[in-house]
Amino acid sequence: MKRELIRLENVAKSFGNLLVLDEIELSIHESEFITLLGPSGCGKTTMLRIIGGFETPDTGCVIFDGKDITNLPPNRRPINTVFQKYSLFSHMNVEENISFGPKIAGKSSDYIRDKVKYALRLVNLDGYEKHDVTKLSGGQQQRIAIARAVVNEPKVLLLDEPLSALDLKLRRNMRRELVRINKETGITFIFVTHDQEEALSMSDRVVVMNQGYIQQVGTPENVYNEPENAFVADFIGDSNIIDGVMVRDKVVRIFGREYPCVDVGFPEECPVDVQIRPEDIKLAAPQEGAFNGVVTRVVFWGMSYDIDVEADGFQWLIQSTTGRTVGESVSLHVAPENIQIMSKPQSEDEEVAQDV
Amino acid sequence: MFKRGMRNILLTPFLIWAGLFIFIPLIFIVWYGVTDYDGNFSLTNLGLIFQHGYWDAFEISIALALVSTIICLLLAYPLCLILTERERDNTTIISLLFILPLWMNSLLSTMAWQTILESNGILNQILRQLQLPDTHLINTEWAIVIGMVYNFLPYMVLPLFISLSKIDKNILEAARDLGANYWQTFVRVILPLSIPGAISGITMVFIPSLTTFVISALLGGGKLLLIGNIIEQEFTFQYDWHIGCALSVILMIFIVLNMFLTTAFDPLKEDAV
Repeated sequence: MKRELIRLENVAKSFGNLLVLDEIELSIHESEFITLLGPSGCGKTTMLRIIGGFETPDTGCVIFDGKDITNLPPNRRPINTVFQKYSLFSHMNVEENISFGPKIAGKSSDYIRDKVKYALRLVNLDGYEKHDVTKLSGGQQQRIAIARAVVNEPKVLLLDEPLSALDLKLRRNMRRELVRINKETGITFIFVTHDQEEALSMSDRVVVMNQGYIQQVGTPENVYNEPENAFVADFIGDSNIIDGVMVRDKVVRIFGREYPCVDVGFPEECPVDVQIRPEDIKLAAPQEGAFNGVVTRVVFWGMSYDIDVEADGFQWLIQSTTGRTVGESVSLHVAPENIQIMSKPQSEDEEVAQDV
Repeated sequence: MFKRGMRNILLTPFLIWAGLFIFIPLIFIVWYGVTDYDGNFSLTNLGLIFQHGYWDAFEISIALALVSTIICLLLAYPLCLILTERERDNTTIISLLFILPLWMNSLLSTMAWQTILESNGILNQILRQLQLPDTHLINTEWAIVIGMVYNFLPYMVLPLFISLSKIDKNILEAARDLGANYWQTFVRVILPLSIPGAISGITMVFIPSLTTFVISALLGGGKLLLIGNIIEQEFTFQYDWHIGCALSVILMIFIVLNMFLTTAFDPLKEDAV
């Protein structure tokens, strides 16, 4: 286990009557790439701003390297930010933008020149020192914003949806670049996004958030394969979520039929949410699988097909590399290890907005 | 947006207006300025500016316009800084405080200043009530400066307010994020980004201050002649259009030179307000 760098303790924050964050407990390790993932309004940006020092929590505290920094202003934190809209200084050229931080810190001009060169090389923009920032493309401005932040050698880099303004190709490219910069510099990256694909492909750990609460913290594989509740299951990837009842260990009842699974530890006859990923469902000839149904819709996505099947009055979503035709009779088969059992939420606080 | 033919049609009314009432009069002024009474080309009248009397008026005009501009800048900048820093929308306050005085007739407000500043005026009466010594402001340079600042302050506030409120709050957060404290953020980010607004403000206060004749006539008591008053007199008392036009031409050249010089100091030429 890596060393803990930042700890949020019981952090809560409201704007007026609106509760944006509540009961936030989170530990962030040195050098990791951690992503705060959630729909808009889930509090992820506010959490980032609290870590950056732009907001003060109503309760709780922010511990950095063992010290309480809750009330420290942003300019005195060893943390730098890459803002969503880059926020470059339009009255300065690339070099002046990047050297802003080191100049404030009173570094020598030789040091600054070397550092600017290093930072530009890190973001693949060698030789851009004298360029006018307003004339650069969105992707280049983004890189300058990253260079301007990492040149200060922060312990932590905060990234607030930095890729959302870029087009798809560039975004894919920058994802790889960001992971490389994270590994190369050893700076802890705290990345905010609403894009689950970004979160899964880049992060060491993902923090899934909704309506001000942390829903689950885990590795990308962890939150994808073993979501703790229906919100996480639904928000990350596509899911079929079915009401079920746990009959006993390793047996779940769905649509009146008992079905083998691998989960244990639930009370007998306990109502649960059953999650099955669309890619884990195999289509078979009628009567061969567990549920019989009829194909109602087929959408081609290039790599795969989305196939809707109606069976037992439930609309199943299935992903398959082979197409089917609408109206075809099929049956569904799921391997026991691909059935994920989740507890039903105890209260609204625990897991909210299933309808998101 | 418009096709070429359409654009020409839409531009025509303004072009006719500009030709008749801006371009042709300008030619007349320059023509009168560089000819003598027999209609021959002559630079004598232009050279008059260096003569005693004219030059003094020119000098004092520049000095008073400069002082008024500086006072307006010093009053307006901190105010705009505070108004733009607030998170609320301050457009209403701005319009109430600074647009409203513009609706008031400037002649009226200047005459009001006359009654405030004169020897037995409101100001001295209040001072006497407070057992304080009288002031002697009326018919001095300071009375003129007060009048100029009062009349032209809105023209400093508006462009400054616009340029300061255009600064993205995220950029200020970026500066804080990169280690700058409030003062460093102001000096390195806010100040340079507000220069275009300050330049528009300076131009919009300096030029009317330099050319005014109403304010100096009412608050200077006819003893202090600004270049505007001299030009007015050439036309209305001396009926010497040649000298009047020549002085106007000199003033215009001076203003154009000044505008070139001020914009040369503007680091963000393309997005000047």
